[in-house]
Amino acid sequence: MDFEALKTDAQNAWDEFSRPGRPRVLIGAATCGRAAGALDVLEAFRTQLAEHGLEGEVALTEIGCIGLCYAEPLVEIAGPDGRRVLYQSVKPANVKMLVESHLIKCEPVTKKALAVMEGDALDGVPRFNELPVVAHQVRIVMRNCGVVDPTNIDHYLARGGYGGLSRALSMKPEDVIEEMIASGLRGRGGAGFPTGRKWSFARRAEGDEKYVICNADEGDPGAFMDRSVLEGDPHAMLEGLMIAGYAIGAKTGYVYIRAEYPLAIERLKIALARLKERGLLGSNILGTGFDFEIFIKKGAGAFVCGEETALIASIEGKRGMPRPRPPFPAQSGLFGKPTNINNVETLASVSAIMEKGADWYAKFGTEKSKGTKTFALAGKINHTGLIEVPMGIPLRTIIEEIGGGVPDGKAFKAVQTGGPSGGCIPAQHLDIPVDYEHLAEVGSIMGSGGMVVMDEESCMVDVARYFLSFTESESCGKCTPCRMGTQHLLQMLTDITEGRGRPEDIEKLKRVSEAVAQGSLCGLGQTSPNPVITTLRYFEDEYRAHIERHECPAGVCRELIEFEIDPEKCTGCGVCVVYCPVNAITGDKKQPHVIDTAACIECGSCRSVCRYEAVLVHGRSEPALAE
Amino acid sequence: MTTATMSPDVQGVLSGYDERRQNLIPILQDVQDVLGYLSEDAVSRVADHLGLSENDVFGVATFYTQFRFTPPGRHCIKVCQGTACHVRGSGLIVEELERRLGVAPGETTEDLKFSLERVACYGSCALAPVVVIDDDVHGRMNARKAEKLIEELD
Repeated sequence: MDFEALKTDAQNAWDEFSRPGRPRVLIGAATCGRAAGALDVLEAFRTQLAEHGLEGEVALTEIGCIGLCYAEPLVEIAGPDGRRVLYQSVKPANVKMLVESHLIKCEPVTKKALAVMEGDALDGVPRFNELPVVAHQVRIVMRNCGVVDPTNIDHYLARGGYGGLSRALSMKPEDVIEEMIASGLRGRGGAGFPTGRKWSFARRAEGDEKYVICNADEGDPGAFMDRSVLEGDPHAMLEGLMIAGYAIGAKTGYVYIRAEYPLAIERLKIALARLKERGLLGSNILGTGFDFEIFIKKGAGAFVCGEETALIASIEGKRGMPRPRPPFPAQSGLFGKPTNINNVETLASVSAIMEKGADWYAKFGTEKSKGTKTFALAGKINHTGLIEVPMGIPLRTIIEEIGGGVPDGKAFKAVQTGGPSGGCIPAQHLDIPVDYEHLAEVGSIMGSGGMVVMDEESCMVDVARYFLSFTESESCGKCTPCRMGTQHLLQMLTDITEGRGRPEDIEKLKRVSEAVAQGSLCGLGQTSPNPVITTLRYFEDEYRAHIERHECPAGVCRELIEFEIDPEKCTGCGVCVVYCPVNAITGDKKQPHVIDTAACIECGSCRSVCRYEAVLVHGRSEPALAE
Repeated sequence: MTTATMSPDVQGVLSGYDERRQNLIPILQDVQDVLGYLSEDAVSRVADHLGLSENDVFGVATFYTQFRFTPPGRHCIKVCQGTACHVRGSGLIVEELERRLGVAPGETTEDLKFSLERVACYGSCALAPVVVIDDDVHGRMNARKAEKLIEELD
């Protein structure tokens, strides 16, 4: 079947799915939606639709993540009148009302509505594109996430999918590479190397057999962009991988994906099966003589396998340890053959660029950082979720407008970007534009796109210690600077957070950080001191408070704090008594309670559950001193 | 152990793969799926099948955190340790579960009912902190909610 015929069939299927007046219920059922209970909601809809005899009439479909994770589970309902409304925080108990009111009577349930997607306005409910969390976004990578059924290839085809591949196959591979260079796309895995140039190295490398690999080993804690794209729109990446294969002259592609992402793996397998059925994968694709196969390789839980040479070793069935470069994978990669590796977001951008052209793409972003970038917003922020913004957008817009600021009226302290390889950006730099250059200037990196927001109750020494405990345990141990250096840094940071810090530790942290950064073999070690360096740069006072006064200003480091109940504020409700894991709180009903500091383990449970802010945290009267 | 006496499940896994080394990790993953862990016998069979030394196979298996070498509990409780979960208090959940189950992360209770594990980021950061029980992801957790979920398991 030729491409035009495929597209016609797909268009018919999409029109049938999306035509106005066809009642349907779409449930965001990516991993995040499921964690919030989306599958129970799905089951409740199935039951309710059956009870009302509507199962044949109303389409009930699981879709991917539209990015508004804070409002999960999300359900979009289109009634017979064509009006589509997005409902938030839907519980199984709400489903009967939604079915009877919206689907049957065409009366949307305003109090559960988050936005109107299409159709007549609703009083007090904004349009989807007017939501502050959506208004600043430009969705290229996430163009189909939360819109299409990710298991239905027709939806992807009808929305322009595989148009980029079809166009690329009509061009010379060298011209495809030129187009990628012209688009200005840079690798979205973290380092930001220009994608087109990377392809040209692998294209020019001598070899009868070449490979392309999609790096879906999204290991940065706090990052979930790739997971969401693979769960919500797997074809966007797969099309990009095929285009990359054609451009460099490869017939085989691998997707190296974390085993922690079972739903993404399942969606990929379905997508590959559909591609084969349509003749879009295999031999002589679209009658052009291009042959291509794709294999899925599951990772086995090693962060270092996000590094290119370690990833290759892992696919080859070895311990996932990096090796010195050169030779670069473009010369000698998988099985010793020229290999090109791109990450999920890069490849999902490639398919859009080939469909719509380099000029279209280069209109977004800044001079040196073109296009859009997805970010995973998490931590102490109101609108946690997944966003995609044009490069160059001010960091403040992301935090305050899209993210909706810090919850509970607390003060913003820093945003951590780039995961364990990145740094913490403090409030004074909130006005920088988000692009590769500016993030590097303030000491952080773009990284893969995790953004974890910290507030006044986050201790920056503890954050540095957290990341070092991560890199220390994930260091593969091959090179000494990383193996010993991360251990050494972690030990010093632990000492500081536990009240055993010494004044000379600050200089020592800086010295060891530099040695690890310069001496390590791969990116994991080279960037591992970044969390220490940036927190020292912007929050040295906090380190000094821990070291010199044995105080944790944020009230986090347990060895340095004590809890006390304010008798003026305590109502004696007893909630803290229930939550205290060591029974350290006593008091009569409706009388102020007290904490036995000798029994208390400073876990902070009481403070987090107290509705009257009666649990106070302060420095210890007798701090634990250095031995 | 000879092929005749070994677990038919492991034999079934091996028959699906040829002897290329690149099959090692997928084989180990499949073996762990059917046995719940990598037994010494299974490792030995895998080594035979691929023409590798047991040493080599153990070397690879111990490198990756996914593989375990003791039988798991009936229910596997994983507490996410990602950044977002950390700043939202997942450490407290692990501690509370340690106290309640009487085991440290990486261990299994004596009655083989529960295994407790810490996992690197699960990618559900927007719903932090996250606890994964037998492959079901539960978001917006705290120690009490996690305990309740565990009480419901048999």
